Amino acid sequence: MTTYRERSQVGVVDPRIAALQRGTDRFRSHRAEAVSDFAEMDEMRDRARAIRHRVLADLSGYVEQFTGSVERVGGRVHRAADSEEARKIISELVADRIGAPIIKSKSMATEEIGLNHHLEALGHEVVETDLGEFIIQLAAEPPVHIIAPALDRTRHEIGQLFSDHLGVPFTSVPTELNQIARLHLREIFLRAGVGITGVNFGVAATGSVVTVTNEGNGRLTSTTPSLHIAVMGIERLVPDLADLEVMLEVLARSATGQRLSVYTNIITGPRRVDEPDGPDALEVVILDNRRTSLLGTELEEVLGCIRCGACLNACPVYRHAGGRSYGSVYPGPIGAVLSPALFGFEQFGDLPYASTLCGACLEVCPIRIDLPRMLLYLRQQTAATHLLPSVARGVRYFTALGTRPALWRGGVRLASALRRIGPRWITRMPGPGRGWTSTRDLPWRR
Amino acid sequence: MVDVSLFTTCLVQGLYPQVIEATVEVLSRAGCQVRIPKAQTCCGQAPFNTGLLEETRRLATKILDDLEGSEPIVVPSGSCADMLTHHLPHLFEDSPELQRRALAVSQRVTELSSFLVDQLGVTDLGARFDATVAFHNSCHGMRNLGLGPQAAALLAKVDSLRLVKLSRPEECCGFGGLFAVELPEVSAAIMASKLADVEASGAQYVVGGDASCLLHLAGGLHRRQSAVEVKHLAEVLASR
Repeated sequence: MTTYRERSQVGVVDPRIAALQRGTDRFRSHRAEAVSDFAEMDEMRDRARAIRHRVLADLSGYVEQFTGSVERVGGRVHRAADSEEARKIISELVADRIGAPIIKSKSMATEEIGLNHHLEALGHEVVETDLGEFIIQLAAEPPVHIIAPALDRTRHEIGQLFSDHLGVPFTSVPTELNQIARLHLREIFLRAGVGITGVNFGVAATGSVVTVTNEGNGRLTSTTPSLHIAVMGIERLVPDLADLEVMLEVLARSATGQRLSVYTNIITGPRRVDEPDGPDALEVVILDNRRTSLLGTELEEVLGCIRCGACLNACPVYRHAGGRSYGSVYPGPIGAVLSPALFGFEQFGDLPYASTLCGACLEVCPIRIDLPRMLLYLRQQTAATHLLPSVARGVRYFTALGTRPALWRGGVRLASALRRIGPRWITRMPGPGRGWTSTRDLPWRR
Repeated sequence: MVDVSLFTTCLVQGLYPQVIEATVEVLSRAGCQVRIPKAQTCCGQAPFNTGLLEETRRLATKILDDLEGSEPIVVPSGSCADMLTHHLPHLFEDSPELQRRALAVSQRVTELSSFLVDQLGVTDLGARFDATVAFHNSCHGMRNLGLGPQAAALLAKVDSLRLVKLSRPEECCGFGGLFAVELPEVSAAIMASKLADVEASGAQYVVGGDASCLLHLAGGLHRRQSAVEVKHLAEVLASR
């Protein structure tokens, strides 16, 4: 198991980091423009936050209502306590469909449960149809960004991937690359037996599952095959369609700077007998995976997240060390909170330290989730274990000195005396000081 | 005369004592009688940001004794002022008496530029600084205390000073306290972006209100043999 430090050492020198910075810069400037064009944004953020809190305050009630609503419109609901259960439920649903491809539109929940590998191991052909997901599936790498999985890949790299894997001549022209993916995927869409999507929001009152996409692949995935499986984190509910409207107002603006995403699908049940199109069956899998264990704790508000990715774009650490450094399907500041909270401290206890606590994430969060507060809270949890980073232990001595004024003043006087004789700059320090002088000097002689 | 106490901060005591002299000078010019409480050490941010809650409480309890009184407490650092203003009272949620005292202290704390401009209404301190300057607005002060405009108003009144804009003034410099030593590669990568921005601005000096960010930037500038230097806002305001 690697540490964040080790992964970040690779991340900061990754030649793809420049592309990641360009991509996040683009998202940021689009978001800034969209927010400045929308006078009600601040009010909408407050309303969106209130809606999320209302849902979390009575999550089991809303889940029950949502379940009843889905069943009323002809769908079925499955509850999965953890990843293993979710994988089991889904593999049973698709068990008799070996032979026809399973197509997927972008879904963080299915990344979280490692669905693709599981289905492939069972003999299914699984094809990601979101362009970014399609690219990283060819590259066999995890997503680097919550909404733009291949954000750090240049068109040249993508052209090379396509030419290596799809047997097409190399091109780096974006429209041609798009066309290659379209033609390749179109044929798979028509053969597919199952479509698996994520869920941006579930509407408790109507039983609707809402997907927000920009490519139209989501709509094809949920309508072309005869079975649609929607995988939803248990917290992703809104009470009714009026609340959904508020969430949509802030989601697209925060994510991509759009007023509304190109395709907002409100799917309410499978095809009715008198309708020509749509799947015969809609199966909604509700994933808990320790989410409900956060209710009523200091971490409850992280469940308000609507996965817009704005905090990633704003985060200096994410932008300079990249998404893969987090070693989790959820990177960035949200990932630094979610990963230890959902997947445990043993593996992710160092992620809360991967932050300068600059607060840029809170500033852009559409739900005003106080990520810096929770990063600090999680550091307190980590500090109470054997996982506290070794350098951090030095802070204990510093603090002990800080509670003894006489010793402290002696230390200050000593430093002051040493600073009359030492070098102008210290360029190499041992022990915990090595971290400092590995990348910068220390001003010394007065 | 306004009586004030100066909370000097640990970093300034250890590595930038000239900032203490400059802050005293600036506050005196603004009509203040400055007292420096002798037993003070650190604001507690180091253990707090590390997650060491008990250690932070021990330090914070001592701060309550050190800063007993009723006069304003001026801090030449946005992040230390933020620690004392926003976090100190929350450390004592299970002890009403300590919490009451912590609240009383936190309400008396003001960062230097905010104290001068927002509380005293002073912007012209008769300073002269003949140089091109870029201002680095440190994150905690900017986002949690609304700092930035005060420093701009103060710098605008400094004779001969030419203020240039950074292209990304609200971007973190990558210091982050312990972060700088624990994840030095990431810290340095973020710093490199900031320093590139500073160098492109044509500034001869990066001026800021937090010695912590300045220490980090100074170390980075020297390592890359840049001609750009750092100055604390108080030093610029104290110069004639």
